[in-house]
Amino acid sequence: MYPDNFRYTKEHEWVHADGDAGTIGITDHAQHELGDIVYVDLPKVGSRIDAGKSLGSVESVKAVSDIYSPVSGEITEINESLADAPEKLNTDPHGDAWLVKIRLSNLEELQHLMSAADYQSYVGAEK
Amino acid sequence: MPAAPTLRTTPLNAVHRALGARMVDFGGWDMPVQYSGIIDEHNAVRTAVGVFDVSHMGEIEIRGPEAASLTDFVTTNAGYKLKPGQAHYSGLLYEHGGFVDDILVYKVADDNYFLCVNASNQDKDFEHIAAHNHFDAVVENAGPRYAQIAIQGPRAGATLQKLTPVDLGGIKYYWFADGEVAGAPARIAHTGYTGEDGFEIYVPPAEAERMWQLVMDAGAEFGIKPCGLGARNTLRLEAGMALYGHEIDASISPLEAGLEWIVKLDKGEFVGRGALLKQKQNGIRRQLIGFEMRGRGIGRDGYEVRFDGAPAGWVTSGGPAPSLNKNIGLCYLPIEQSVPGTSIQIIIRNQPVDAVTVETPFYKRAK
Repeated sequence: MYPDNFRYTKEHEWVHADGDAGTIGITDHAQHELGDIVYVDLPKVGSRIDAGKSLGSVESVKAVSDIYSPVSGEITEINESLADAPEKLNTDPHGDAWLVKIRLSNLEELQHLMSAADYQSYVGAEK
Repeated sequence: MPAAPTLRTTPLNAVHRALGARMVDFGGWDMPVQYSGIIDEHNAVRTAVGVFDVSHMGEIEIRGPEAASLTDFVTTNAGYKLKPGQAHYSGLLYEHGGFVDDILVYKVADDNYFLCVNASNQDKDFEHIAAHNHFDAVVENAGPRYAQIAIQGPRAGATLQKLTPVDLGGIKYYWFADGEVAGAPARIAHTGYTGEDGFEIYVPPAEAERMWQLVMDAGAEFGIKPCGLGARNTLRLEAGMALYGHEIDASISPLEAGLEWIVKLDKGEFVGRGALLKQKQNGIRRQLIGFEMRGRGIGRDGYEVRFDGAPAGWVTSGGPAPSLNKNIGLCYLPIEQSVPGTSIQIIIRNQPVDAVTVETPFYKRAK
């Protein structure tokens, strides 16, 4: 369910890093908890984000949820396709429906995040 | 996992949990917000049929020789004009003209009125009515004696008709009949809160589980879906219907809420009439109006509304409209701006986003 090469936050974001090139998204658990996702608000390309700070928001029919960046860095790309098809977040949150790409400024931050196994037991315990 | 002990539950609580519903605390009640998904459930009601547990709603019975007089004294609409078997939407007001609650009034007989009230208001409503009972009438907080199931959608009649000998085609919109559903006594009302055709049935709580299952079976051929409070909210918002605690509360009068049609000032004295008369004479300063988002974003409950760059009002309910593919909402604006076609801005996470006021209902079903 949760890819082994991703790192995870307690707020249900994931990051996949290849060197300093990162991709950020929300977890399958997050999309399931939110329900039908109808709107995604993402930062501008070029903006700098600190780990733990708001990266944007995801809205379901009923509620708005902030997305917190798992890592610090500069946004290099946003997933434009989500503007017209936010519902992709409900079907492919670990793949096609990634949110942003980021150039990591501090690779050490990855060590503070959860592994797939840790995240799996974290969401298991949360239920 | 059972409900938290502090929450009240309906007779269908175990059914919701067995169906895997997501449960929420709704005004102190442990209620399903969704089963298969809000949009999926919403669409089922618009295109086929959906079933809702609305047993949390309260019921108050007013009986006795002066039941009609008491009903008319505490409500805004003209209860005396109802015929036995007829219902209407009405308001319970404070003296100052604000809402205690919005309710449905059913006239069972000359000496028997039946009120359906909001779940979280039922005790307050009962005390309010009892406090004004200077009539030869008895008021009973009858909520525990009724479960209520709403069957809504274009195939609602075809679904329910399989279970009752009562000719549903003979019950006009906003009329009701007392009869049997699956052999149990039932009050069958041609009413709803979805903007779609449908029925609401009041049955004994002990029959609720059996009734729910029979309705699900009867509607299976139409693709019936259990629907939660999430879909109930998107459906009523598209239909432009008020929700207590959002569009209306103790600080809002029916004139402000665009509900003048349920106020009958010429029917004689009633609680709140004096305040409404004064509002009519002096004019109101703000009124409810619909809006559609023009810019990207969703205006939600409580968000600030600006006109010409200055704070002007607030959003009472807002969200996506699944049947319209738009983001819509209701808001209060100064009376001058509370007309269709006004350009406004909704403040979404500190950014003004363009919207325009529109007439309601947003969605009207094809007759």
